[in-house]
Amino acid sequence: MDFALSEEQRMFRDMFRNFAAKEVAPRAEEIDHAETLPKEMLRKAVDQGFLGATIPEDYYGAALDNLSYILLLENLATACASMAVTVAAHVGQVAMSILDFGTDAQKEEWLPALAGGEAVGAFALSEPEAGSDMLALETRARYERDEIVLDGIKSWVTNGELAGLFLVFAQGPQGIDAYLIPRDTPGLTVGYREPTLGLRSAYFNTVYLEGCRIPQSYRLGGPGEGAAIAARAVDRMAVALAAVGLGLAESSLDVAAQYSTERVQFGVPIGKKQAMQNYIADAYIETEALRYLVYRTAWLIDQGEDFSVDASVTKAFGARVARSVTNRMLQVLGGYGFMEDYPMARKYRDARVLGIIGGPTEIHIFRVARHILAQKDLEIVPWHQ
Amino acid sequence: MDFTFSPEHQALRRMIREFAETEIAPVAAELDREHKVPFEIMRKLGEIGLLGVCFPQEYGGMGAGETGYCILMEELGRVCANTAVNVGAHIGIGAMCIHLDGTPEQKRKYLTPLARGEKIAAFGLTESNAGSDAANVRTRAVRQGDSWVLNGSKVYITNGGYADIVTVLAVTDPALGARGGITAFIVETDSPGFKVAREEDKMGIRGSSTAELVFEEVRVPHENVLGKVGEGFVTFMKSLDMGRLTLGAACLGGAQQLLEQCVYWAKTRRQFGEALAHKQAVQWMIANMATEMEALRSLVYRVAWLVDTGQPFTQLAAMCKLYGSEVLSRAVDMAVQIHGGLGLSRDFPIERTFRDARINEIFEGTNEIQRIVIASNIFREFGVRIRP
Repeated sequence: MDFALSEEQRMFRDMFRNFAAKEVAPRAEEIDHAETLPKEMLRKAVDQGFLGATIPEDYYGAALDNLSYILLLENLATACASMAVTVAAHVGQVAMSILDFGTDAQKEEWLPALAGGEAVGAFALSEPEAGSDMLALETRARYERDEIVLDGIKSWVTNGELAGLFLVFAQGPQGIDAYLIPRDTPGLTVGYREPTLGLRSAYFNTVYLEGCRIPQSYRLGGPGEGAAIAARAVDRMAVALAAVGLGLAESSLDVAAQYSTERVQFGVPIGKKQAMQNYIADAYIETEALRYLVYRTAWLIDQGEDFSVDASVTKAFGARVARSVTNRMLQVLGGYGFMEDYPMARKYRDARVLGIIGGPTEIHIFRVARHILAQKDLEIVPWHQ
Repeated sequence: MDFTFSPEHQALRRMIREFAETEIAPVAAELDREHKVPFEIMRKLGEIGLLGVCFPQEYGGMGAGETGYCILMEELGRVCANTAVNVGAHIGIGAMCIHLDGTPEQKRKYLTPLARGEKIAAFGLTESNAGSDAANVRTRAVRQGDSWVLNGSKVYITNGGYADIVTVLAVTDPALGARGGITAFIVETDSPGFKVAREEDKMGIRGSSTAELVFEEVRVPHENVLGKVGEGFVTFMKSLDMGRLTLGAACLGGAQQLLEQCVYWAKTRRQFGEALAHKQAVQWMIANMATEMEALRSLVYRVAWLVDTGQPFTQLAAMCKLYGSEVLSRAVDMAVQIHGGLGLSRDFPIERTFRDARINEIFEGTNEIQRIVIASNIFREFGVRIRP
């Protein structure tokens, strides 16, 4: 066992941390209040190579290993969780799906554009009636000679409004298919943006597909392979969101610990009160447990191992830790924690979203239980028995 | 033992519920979205007598006691946290200290218009360095002939931005501090030298005013000293006891509303071919929410009964605030989870409740302070004096 980051990973981490602190953190409140990710911010991320994080050099990506990519998301999230989620959907869900399942032509066409930020990738799986039940899709793909016609509504499409390329899942003749659909395709319309509790500068849109006609060459993977593509993308996002939770937890702890040394009540800094010490110590214990869980799962991905159960373990724990740490750290700040001109309220709102998006905690818990009980020869399903 | 509400209290609840459903619920989302203080609602509540719910009839009140006041706060908390906060700061702490320790003349002059909603009250305790450590106030009052001159500032004052009357705690004898050196004053906000310096931008209860108040050479006549000179801290702490109880009542209403919303959604929303109501994870959440809510209900109305029958209740009021705020926080966390994406959207009420609820664990004495109050009371019985 070796728990140390490589020299290269440490170097990347320091670079990400530096970028987050210098370029992102000073504008994080403003970005949150405006509920937009400014173009120049995205441009800076492109210049740093973040949008091509794990894309190979052949496609003009930064060719980071997965653990380094997770360090990127964690550190971006210490400053702005919305930005981290935007990068995660683009890289982890869209670009990596193309890299894992795309044809050479698809890779040539899209990966350099994604790495260079000419197109932002959006992930369109959820539907109004298919949330937790991820694959109960009502969007239909009809095959007409060489073409495919899509009809349906996609909800909570991450990066919807920003995107140049949509990874869309639909019910095809042989099961669920995945499609790569450019923004300007007739029949594809980006609609309502969800006004969310947290992650307010990320984009979650409804996307309408009305007689959206595409060539068969837009299909990613074979007919019916969409379920496997979606599952892998969801697993990657699960780990990514846990990394975002880690960034939120550690930065909240940092803010609150600092505040506890400065805020004097009853004649002493409140950090001298045992109740505050307990909050801070518990936050640290949970954050460190999460840190090594996230890093281990990222490392597993780099080893090429199956990580689907680990992804669920990590996501469920990540959402829980982010929630409990931000909640207690807000309490350390008292009234200041409730004010929107300090970062804590934002982190608290952002953290709560992690328990829902990317599959609610209940679904990840179910997958963990299914894995454990399968080892004891008991098969379980997510409906009433 | 008798756990039933009197016919009068039942009628009061029906009246408030109808008002809340028709006048408040339809605008609750807008108050939050537009950051609007519900002046019109406050005026109407005053007109129908509810802002004097617990005050004596001779001062324009309804005389429905603390139980009536808890019913009011529960029903307001059920539909709109902002209205509950505005009313709580007005009745429960702002006007309450005049009710508790005011002279008959002060009650005639100030409590009567407050009970009728013709004037709005705020409670001026917190300062930038006196939050949990409330006795650390620095606002200074110096006697000059027949009046006192106030200098200093107060922060996070609910209703502060628009109140007509602020009850203010100020130091009158720095040598004595909280033990005889702090005095409560009734300050009219049109007094020269009084200024609203800042409105806070909050995560929740955005339809309420949370303001910084500045006092520069504000002259207050001696007859506006509330209670005895040097005993203001006691007056304020007694008001806070009342406020804490009714804050628990407002949380009870909020939790009740969430439970109803969750049951509706669990019946309606289908995933994996069946309603969410059939998922044990959801059933457990509903069961936990309902159990905690019923425990809170019993606690709140038992303490209201203690107040109305003149028994000590400080420790239990602290429990109402502590437990009520945590029950509501847990309930809203589960409600977000049950509602999924809908729970995160500002188009639906759960998201608003999530942001509104969190303040209850902080204001009117943080929950840490409530635990100190409860522990001090318990240890005192056993001869141990603990310091915060």
